Amino acid sequence: MTTLTLSRALNEGLRKAMESDPKVLIMGEDVGKLGGVFRVTDGLQKDFGEARVMDTPLAESGIIGTAIGLALRGYRPVCEIQFDGFVFPAFDQIVSQLAKMRYRSRGQLALPVTVRIPFGGGIGAVEHHSESPEALFAHIAGLRVVACGDPADAYLMIQQSIQSDDPVIFFEPKRRYWDKAEVDTAAGLAGAIGLDRAAVLAEGTDVTVLAYGPMVRTCVQAAVAAAEEGKSVEVIDLRSLAPLDTEAIFASVRKTGRCVVVHEAAVTGGLGAEIAARVTEECFYQLEAPVLRVGGFSTPYPPSRLEELYLPDLDRVLDAVDRSLAF
Amino acid sequence: MAVYTNGATAAGPDPLGPAGSPGTGELVQLLTPEGERTDHPGYPLEISAEELRSLYRDLVLVRRIDFEAIALQRQGELGIWASLLGQEAAQIGSGRALQPRDMAFPTYREHGVAWCRGLDPVKLLELYRGVSHGGWDPREHNFHLYTIVIGAQTLHATGYAMGIQRDGAVGEDGEAVIAYFGDGATSQGDVNEAFIWASVNNAPIVFFCQNNQWAISEPLERQSRVPLYKRALGFGFPGLRVDGNDVLACLAVTRKAMQAAREGQGPTLIEAFTYRMGAHTTTDDPTRYRLAAELEAWKLKDPIERVKAYLVRTEQATKEFFDAVEAEAEELGTHVRQACRAMPDPAPLSIFDNVYAGPNPLIEAERALTEAYLDSFAEPEEVAR
Repeated sequence: MTTLTLSRALNEGLRKAMESDPKVLIMGEDVGKLGGVFRVTDGLQKDFGEARVMDTPLAESGIIGTAIGLALRGYRPVCEIQFDGFVFPAFDQIVSQLAKMRYRSRGQLALPVTVRIPFGGGIGAVEHHSESPEALFAHIAGLRVVACGDPADAYLMIQQSIQSDDPVIFFEPKRRYWDKAEVDTAAGLAGAIGLDRAAVLAEGTDVTVLAYGPMVRTCVQAAVAAAEEGKSVEVIDLRSLAPLDTEAIFASVRKTGRCVVVHEAAVTGGLGAEIAARVTEECFYQLEAPVLRVGGFSTPYPPSRLEELYLPDLDRVLDAVDRSLAF
Repeated sequence: MAVYTNGATAAGPDPLGPAGSPGTGELVQLLTPEGERTDHPGYPLEISAEELRSLYRDLVLVRRIDFEAIALQRQGELGIWASLLGQEAAQIGSGRALQPRDMAFPTYREHGVAWCRGLDPVKLLELYRGVSHGGWDPREHNFHLYTIVIGAQTLHATGYAMGIQRDGAVGEDGEAVIAYFGDGATSQGDVNEAFIWASVNNAPIVFFCQNNQWAISEPLERQSRVPLYKRALGFGFPGLRVDGNDVLACLAVTRKAMQAAREGQGPTLIEAFTYRMGAHTTTDDPTRYRLAAELEAWKLKDPIERVKAYLVRTEQATKEFFDAVEAEAEELGTHVRQACRAMPDPAPLSIFDNVYAGPNPLIEAERALTEAYLDSFAEPEEVAR
């Protein structure tokens, strides 16, 4: 076991993937000498060379488009999109090309491309640097969408994503890059929980709280606070946003009868809406309260001096838990 | 306003020449519209009578495929068709310049290139009939699927070429990539990004632009104030303009550019100056936006007639040869018609196939529900069975 930041855990995971498969490439803006603006690729170019760790021109569509070509040639590119708000120039290549190639080719072509996106707010950044666009990608057939919430998961999930023969949109909680935790870098992937599975982080009986990415830590803290008031909150880290681990979600909600979904993204059309619909369809008779959502407002991301108000925090999660219980 | 006219500015005519005119002395041509062989110092071409006849045959056959497909669309057998009429020489010339190991990334109009890569033309019809999104295995012929989004494939081609570099497959016997696109695509960000990526990586790729003068209804001056091939200069690699209706010139320039790419000399932009003789697709009506006189002028530059004239005048082909090609075209036409009509619809539940590499719980659930729904319409005895 080693204590690693989430950023370092990703770095170690990338290193492991590059060591075990010579076809794995890293490409993106400033990923070479600089090691990425969050240092996730620190030192990799030095050790694996410029042919495998590429500083690309500053054009996101070009990053994804050329990664698709490299994948067609048999490579496994890992693309870094520097910030969430910069993925949109690449949206066409991701949605129309990356996601659909397997389907268009009737399974003859695979595009094992991983797109890493630091996402979410809370770091006092300027606009376009704090967004949560995951629902846009979860809506697209052909993509797998995942979000890691802690260093141990980050280390394993990045390797699993690279191994996946499907394109994976890999969301990294940027304000948790500096969170530290024990990571077993000696452990292989064999015993790891599946990339498409959710994880129960805290068991409880009164309310199910579903979260992912940066909200995982907040929700675990909320569960601890709720326990002090005698409320038993079950916290599930969704991990996979597409596909959703509905089995785990339904099992928990059938047990607790109550469900709160928490994400930074705006609630309108968000993952919470999809989860609420599915839970209502499948757990209707077990529900004691409507599924509640805690998320960003239906506004653009605000200037950073207002982001504390925008972002769900411990109190807003607890408030939703109370509202659910009071129903 | 002068600034919006064809290449001219308020300061006078653009020194580079108008974007939409062939210019003078800039066009690589080896066979004139009248069928006279000419020489170009940069592109010497030794070609046997047999090769010439074979090029002629390809030109005639792909025009026939196109003709049949348009007819099939009119008869309701295809949903739509994008005609290559007028662009046969650009496609056969460039397509025949490729080695089997080279990789081609087409648009949705590259039926002639597909022919050169050995695809059964019926495979092309699947997309236009709505039977599949692409009917062939791209690796079998080193011919990627048709890309509908304008210019998107140029980035895939460039990435693929970067893969060739990483495989160490650059050198005298190396591999190269050819990316096809049109004049309209040159305005796309993706195409310009592909130029940048290819340039800074010195990737083994040829950008083959068929400038057919029209992007649906938009003439070239809506896309560019400079001749398209001149754009390459700004990206740091050579660009040239070839007579796109001259199959020999297209063959020669593409051969040279591909070999340069294979040997590690990096990208080339080829602008094949041609004309879309037909509609953009069968849903288009070009009489709404262009003059018949323009079409008439281009008819005189037909890519097939000039080869025929040359073959006849130099006695490199006999009447029997032309008759035989005609008979082969008839046969091919029959094959295309019959195979198209016989093409079955895909199985309903195949809609759920190949979205992901493995089973996906949501898709499998939808598949099961849909199957049950479809079964609910079955006759009772069928259910009993």
